[in-house]
Amino acid sequence: MNNKLSMRKDWALIESLIDANSKVLDIGCGDGGLMAQLEKNIQTKTSGIEVSAHLAQKAIAQGFNVVQGNAEKDLNQYSNKSFDYVILSQTLQAMFRPKEMLLELLRIGGKAIVSFPNFGHWTIRLQLLLLGKMPITKGLPYAWYETPNIHFFTIKDFQNLCQESNIIIEKGLALTRGGKQIEISSGLSSANLFTNEAIFLLSYKNFEPIKIKSKQKSFAGNSVVAS
Amino acid sequence: MSQNFNILENSELGCFIAEFINTNCKLDSGFQLSNFKIAYKTFGTLNNDKNNVILICHALTGDQYVTGINPLTKKNGWWSRMVGPNKPIDTNKYFVICSNVLGGCSGTTGPKEINKISQEIYGAEFPSITIKDIVKIQNFLIESLSIKKLFAVVGGSMGAMQALQWTIDFPEKIHNIIHIAGALKHSAQNIAFHEVGRQAIMNDVNWNKGSYIKKNIIPERGLAVARMIAHITYLSDNSMHRKFGRKLQSRDIISFGFDADFQVESYLRHQGRSFVDRFDANSYLYLTRAMDYFDAEKSFSNSIEFPNIANNHINYLVISFTSDWLFPTSENKEVVKKLNYFHRNVSFTEIETDKGHDSFLLEEPGLDLTIKGFLKNNFNKINHHE
Repeated sequence: MNNKLSMRKDWALIESLIDANSKVLDIGCGDGGLMAQLEKNIQTKTSGIEVSAHLAQKAIAQGFNVVQGNAEKDLNQYSNKSFDYVILSQTLQAMFRPKEMLLELLRIGGKAIVSFPNFGHWTIRLQLLLLGKMPITKGLPYAWYETPNIHFFTIKDFQNLCQESNIIIEKGLALTRGGKQIEISSGLSSANLFTNEAIFLLSYKNFEPIKIKSKQKSFAGNSVVAS
Repeated sequence: MSQNFNILENSELGCFIAEFINTNCKLDSGFQLSNFKIAYKTFGTLNNDKNNVILICHALTGDQYVTGINPLTKKNGWWSRMVGPNKPIDTNKYFVICSNVLGGCSGTTGPKEINKISQEIYGAEFPSITIKDIVKIQNFLIESLSIKKLFAVVGGSMGAMQALQWTIDFPEKIHNIIHIAGALKHSAQNIAFHEVGRQAIMNDVNWNKGSYIKKNIIPERGLAVARMIAHITYLSDNSMHRKFGRKLQSRDIISFGFDADFQVESYLRHQGRSFVDRFDANSYLYLTRAMDYFDAEKSFSNSIEFPNIANNHINYLVISFTSDWLFPTSENKEVVKKLNYFHRNVSFTEIETDKGHDSFLLEEPGLDLTIKGFLKNNFNKINHHE
């Protein structure tokens, strides 16, 4: 199993974004592969959610805290900032409401790690341009009528959404088709052409609480009670 | 706890009886229970560290004979497919204790036993009891066995209520709980079904305001009807359809009468009849009432609201079944949601089956896999850390 673990390049990248000993929620944790890796390598305290009963049972049977459930329905049971990191790997494009999902991730987690297949990859652009058909690639292998992926978006689209939603992109990592790893910076548009899979570390913009300075001491004395 | 107890083996019941004399045990109702006994069985061996103890809490009509042959019925114990050597709850590894609940009728103090003070059978003079009382009595047993900490408390249905109550009342004494097909509180629908069962018993002329044993009679018709109703709630529409459909019983055409024409009728009648031989009608009244009174919504929330060393170590496993309409997934999830909200170690799975509430007693590979792995890994954890 450990051999299988080391093969997941995206998991290694996710791990690199997480501080040791932190509290992590893995949404769509499967049978607990990534959880095992994080607990072993960086001693996180990890919980998981998995929609498949079979996979959830396998994960629980390996000793992980896993709750069978649906990411779009069951995240509301977690209180604000329950975790240091919340991971949503390769599923944002399958969500009914991706924007709400992102905000929900950052409500329950201090930081969110989101990975997705990039629809802006040049081969995908070319397929649509030349063939005039919905692209089918290794990362997006389904025909349009049976794909679980209902929202297609590119790295640029994602960056724009984050900006609109007051979400800070703390770090962006990209995996190319050849397995090469590059860092995504907001100005670099070529990343959008060559990235197969993107992984982002996100946080929510913290606004300073507005301080109202009042000259009148309205709460002093019995004035409130008296009126 | 003072040492005013003794433990004897009872050859007739094929189990141990722990008898407590002049003990200070105040029940929820305010009643002072000073003399009581607990019938229990153990399986496997207590290890040197005394950290391999699993307490199994039985359901409404269960008993201490969780596995092996039940000496009274000569049949396999009620959970022998789950508990035993090399079974998911492996008695080669764990020391399993199962005791008959307070108010039960297999040897523990209950309405059919003799009241030490009046020297008469309790009957309806037995005090009203709650799940909290049942757990309190179990704790007396655990203390008398000099066990400081339970590795796990496991139970389905009324047993799940007890497991939850353990986390509330004695969190420092448990490592893990497995809560199967239970709820934070007994629902209105479930109370309603219980009430129909109780009415059937109390309206049987033989019930005699609870003192029927003296007269050597039993309210068998009422008790049988109560069991028939309850049995329906343990199954599901699909499983009944699969098992019986509209098939006729030992006949080719309908009788145009009220005999058991249909197989499902014959089956229920049999369930009712055979229940009367093994269960006490008053126990049924008291224990259904204890379930009705169960409402841990507040006490459970309070117990986990603030992180404290007493209970934030507990690992909770909650399991429900898709076709269980008595303790549906939604109610089991209430437990999970509360635990998640307060950042507790919780796992949850809903097992896909059409066998209804009874699924927890039946062949369900997902159930076995989950329980076995959960226990195994958490057992390894405490043995590496201690």
